Amino acid sequence: MSTKEEREPLFSSKNLKLLRDPLGDNNPITIQVLGICSALAVTVKLAPAVVMAISVTVVLVVANVVVSLFRNIIPPRIRIIFMLVVIAMMVILVDQVLKAYAFEISKQLSVFVGLIITNCIIMGRLEGFAMANKPWPSFLDGLGNSAGYGWILIVVAFFREFLGSGTIYGYPVMEKLGVYNLGYENNGFMILPPMALITVGIIIWVQRSRNKELIENN
Amino acid sequence: MKSLRKQIDKIKPHFLEGGKLHIFHSLFDALEVLVFVPDRVTSRGSHIRDGIDLKRVMITVFIALMPALLFGVYNIGLQHFNSIGMEADFWQMFWFGLLKFLPLLIVSYGVGLGIEIIFAQIKGHEVNEGYFVTGLLIPLIVPVDIPLWQLTIAIVFAVIIGKEVFGGTGMNILNPALVARAFLFFSYPAWMSGDLVWVEGMIDGGAVDSFSGATPLALAAAHNIESMPSVMSMVIGTIPGSIGETSFIAIMIGAAILLYTGVGSWKIILSTFAGGFAMALFMNLVAVNPFMELPAHYHLIMGGFAFGAVFMATDPVSGAQTETGKWIYGAMIGILAVLIRVLNPAFPEGMMLAILFMNVFAPLIDHYIVEANIKRRLKRATVK
Repeated sequence: MSTKEEREPLFSSKNLKLLRDPLGDNNPITIQVLGICSALAVTVKLAPAVVMAISVTVVLVVANVVVSLFRNIIPPRIRIIFMLVVIAMMVILVDQVLKAYAFEISKQLSVFVGLIITNCIIMGRLEGFAMANKPWPSFLDGLGNSAGYGWILIVVAFFREFLGSGTIYGYPVMEKLGVYNLGYENNGFMILPPMALITVGIIIWVQRSRNKELIENN
Repeated sequence: MKSLRKQIDKIKPHFLEGGKLHIFHSLFDALEVLVFVPDRVTSRGSHIRDGIDLKRVMITVFIALMPALLFGVYNIGLQHFNSIGMEADFWQMFWFGLLKFLPLLIVSYGVGLGIEIIFAQIKGHEVNEGYFVTGLLIPLIVPVDIPLWQLTIAIVFAVIIGKEVFGGTGMNILNPALVARAFLFFSYPAWMSGDLVWVEGMIDGGAVDSFSGATPLALAAAHNIESMPSVMSMVIGTIPGSIGETSFIAIMIGAAILLYTGVGSWKIILSTFAGGFAMALFMNLVAVNPFMELPAHYHLIMGGFAFGAVFMATDPVSGAQTETGKWIYGAMIGILAVLIRVLNPAFPEGMMLAILFMNVFAPLIDHYIVEANIKRRLKRATVK
């Protein structure tokens, strides 16, 4: 015990990779195809998508750190229950905060805040990463993955709101541009859930054609 | 023809590898195969040689669509002059319809082929005839007053998402023409449904009060059976509707061409009609409202049923491939179409959704037919 291990710098290249990978080449939505249901449900408008992204970030980061702190004393046989308790606690907290300070958006998100509990990304990161890593890398991993989830959500929501409702974050862009007078109409299909799936599909398509290594062989 | 060939041969070297106009080779290819049979042949592997190639199949469907197209063009004029309460002779009506129909056709081909050429260029394959029939089908299944920019977006969507992402002609899961229509239907419902869009000029309020632009299906769905047009006018097609779908007779002439040449599957067409008829009879049995009591044969001549059964369901790419599968596929289309029409108030016409739905299921049907066949043969085999 006399020779102390050399401490790894906080932002070593290994740690930065934890932060960076989920944004692109190991994105939870476009590569691992997790958390799709909420990506379809909350992306009609930008505002709920942003709130959803923040909520998931809070839940995932805190749960990752907590589980990582307890990882050596959690009996393996009940680890899933332990994780669920941590996630559920965080989700309830987030839900209550939203109800208190952002009631309108909370109503729009309805059950989907509660359903963060079932978001595969969170369970996957806890089980796959936090259970085997120290708190700091777990923190970064949580941040990276929720950011990877969040930016897809926001991009999808941007296109769906812009083309489907003609607004950007509630601001009536199309109306200000005056295109309605030219006969333009909002695309009703963009508001329906299938279009979220297709938009995610287009992102997947663009990503894989830019980086051919990501194309799966089957 | 010979001088044209000479001209093409003269400019051809510019478009070949290393030529200065090489980047436009997809466009050149497209124009060359449009007028001449391509000189490239499959060089490897065993394959059956047959006079029927993609081009021949496409041109047959093209010809089969002509009666419906010509009648549709005439009907645009007929409905328009009826709606404004004016007398006009046949040629006036036809000419009026032609002027309304041509922009749709030009947009359809211009946009669709443009995208095909761009994709051929990027992916490095040659432009083929895959879009020719789709490009003719799309203007035939939309209302005449559809804004051209909406049509453009729908075609871009249909060709890219409906076809190119799956690998282009012959690889698509869904019928691209119906993808375009479904896109329009869900995106711009105000232009795709209701009582005003089917007759030229009516959506701008250009009709006399006594004229109703409601389609027979809309009238039936509103339980307004007594105002429905007679069976005769539905068979001839002098009713409001999407451009190509109204005339049962014209579609049947097309069906005869498809069946005589063997391009369309008689099993699919027959089973679709049989399925729809059976379902309509069943609806009569359990009828609780006037729409359910509607005579079964009405369903086959109303709306897009006949057009869908003959030209959409028989698409060899997106339909079922196995012989038994074709019966199941067709029958389910007919059954679902009538089911959606009668029981789902949100969708006045069920044919488009029924065909798209069964397009998705066609590979599954084929899979189980093949599996069943393997099992049956295994049973027959004697194991020693």
